[in-house]
Amino acid sequence: MTPVRERGDRVLLGVLAASAILVPVLNQAVPASSAWHLSTYSLTLLGKYLCFALLALAVDLIWGYGGILSLGHAAFFALGGYAMGMYLMREIGPRGVYGNPILPDFMVFLNWQKLPWFWYGFNHFWVALLMVVLVPAVLAFVFGGLAFRSRVTGVYLSIITQALTYALMLAFFRNDMGFGGNNGFTDFKDILGFDLHEDRTRVVLFVTTAIALALGYLACRALVDSRAGRVIRAIRDAESRVRFLGYRVESYKLWVFVFSAVLAGIAGALYVPQVGIINPSEFAPINSIEVVIWVAVGGRGTLFGAVLGALLVNYAKTYFTGAFPEVWLYALGALFVLVTLFLPTGLVGLLPERRRTGPLAIEGTPLPAAQKAK
Amino acid sequence: MIDPRLENPWIEGPKGPILSLRDLTVTFDGFKALDALTLEVERGELRCIIGPNGAGKTTMMDVVTGKTRPQHGSAIFRTDIDLLALSEPEIAQAGIGRKFQKPTVFERLTVFENLELSLWGEKSFRASLFARLKKSQRDHIDNILSVIGLSERRYASAGSLSHGQKQWLEIGMLLMQEPDLLLIDEPVAGMTQQETERTAELLISLKAEHSLVVVEHDMDFVRSIAKRVTVLHEGRVLADGEAEQVQQDPRVIDVYLGA
Repeated sequence: MTPVRERGDRVLLGVLAASAILVPVLNQAVPASSAWHLSTYSLTLLGKYLCFALLALAVDLIWGYGGILSLGHAAFFALGGYAMGMYLMREIGPRGVYGNPILPDFMVFLNWQKLPWFWYGFNHFWVALLMVVLVPAVLAFVFGGLAFRSRVTGVYLSIITQALTYALMLAFFRNDMGFGGNNGFTDFKDILGFDLHEDRTRVVLFVTTAIALALGYLACRALVDSRAGRVIRAIRDAESRVRFLGYRVESYKLWVFVFSAVLAGIAGALYVPQVGIINPSEFAPINSIEVVIWVAVGGRGTLFGAVLGALLVNYAKTYFTGAFPEVWLYALGALFVLVTLFLPTGLVGLLPERRRTGPLAIEGTPLPAAQKAK
Repeated sequence: MIDPRLENPWIEGPKGPILSLRDLTVTFDGFKALDALTLEVERGELRCIIGPNGAGKTTMMDVVTGKTRPQHGSAIFRTDIDLLALSEPEIAQAGIGRKFQKPTVFERLTVFENLELSLWGEKSFRASLFARLKKSQRDHIDNILSVIGLSERRYASAGSLSHGQKQWLEIGMLLMQEPDLLLIDEPVAGMTQQETERTAELLISLKAEHSLVVVEHDMDFVRSIAKRVTVLHEGRVLADGEAEQVQQDPRVIDVYLGA
């Protein structure tokens, strides 16, 4: 009666809870001379991985469960990040290089006289938080609404999501957009008055990210376990049949897409204060593709597979780009090819499956290679 | 003509045909798939439709379920519902269920979940996000499971069922919606003899409460389930009547049975 899924849930939430306690202790309470000390560099790196895990969760929801291969989710991630970045820029205030209390440095540099209207309100943290959710949601709603209503599916949808993120990247590169052009935002000072260079602030950010990931995970789990979640899986397997049963397929796809975009936006908002920079390269098409690889490696349609994949692949990336920087892209490509060919269910598929008896216990079942992505 | 109400005197409700098609014409690139087709199905009737390939059987089903729009004609359901004005989901909601030739069940959901998704009721995203199975709904699913003979396999994934079982599951999914009219496309194609017999029993047991339109090639099967048979040819009705009688019709022998 404990399918892989339930064990996966327990392990994942357990590890998150443990790291939310252990990581701060190892960083703050253990002296730097001890072998057990966790450097602030590692702490930030872990926080970054958790943000990526949340992004992977968003992609698994839409791709693994909904069968919609979005190759543009980094766009929602970056938009969430930009919204947070705008708050952090306003928070700098007169401490900028030019000392202008209202205008961020790049605007002074570009000789702008007043703040563009869309920057109003970003001096308030809550406005930024609202935008972190709202901007990705509205974009996903409009874009998804048009795409799903026109019944754009499969590879065509993947291509237009790539086009979306690419178009946004080009737009954000322009200085006239008012988002700092190719330099984006950086040199952040503090968040809610707490110095971003302080270890303690970073610990809090890490714990916040771990909590956000756990909540996001539980929300995704609740969604896929609901009847709506079963409708979404049914759409993935036989869309027209679902339509004949009287479900409005477009609206199911749309709401899951919007929710997934919001998760990605939150991940981006948590990422920016930890890495200290956001620029248009976050919209790069390759970023969205990488997320799909994380999910494929971990095992799609399981949620915890996405988290596992994001953590492992990003750890590998950190290692390889340090040790053999020129090898990384080849390794990533090879990884994707190998997983697709030999491990269609990802690493999670390697876990032994116990006897299933519950009515809902079927997902997490290794699928035959023949039922791969549509 | 046999009035089904004489056969099934317990059928209540408004009189008049459950489905009435008039002068339906569908043209694909100059080819007339349906040519002024006129057809009526009575309440509680089990009607079989036969005809050679390209006779317009599937196109007729497509029109009734809203997948194809005719250039001309009318399609009235339950004497007061204009099917040509409704979308596919609206037609399903109105009470017409369709079973395709190829079984399409949700392979990676369980048999039980397949039936659950087919429950009658509110189908919006929000409603299904918070939906919980009521006792009555669970009983309804159990009941359908026993009608289609899959009670034992309720927690199996639909993908693991045999071909015949998938067909029954799909019929069960239609029944969950408590449709007034069932359209069934070649239910016994590819079935074993035993499965065919079991399917015949199932369909006969359904006609008391539902009206059924069955498209089928297998003449023996048709004779075993239907009193009344309609033969389509080149988009029109070629012959119509009792199975035995239709089988003797020289025109039918000419275009279909003799071939």
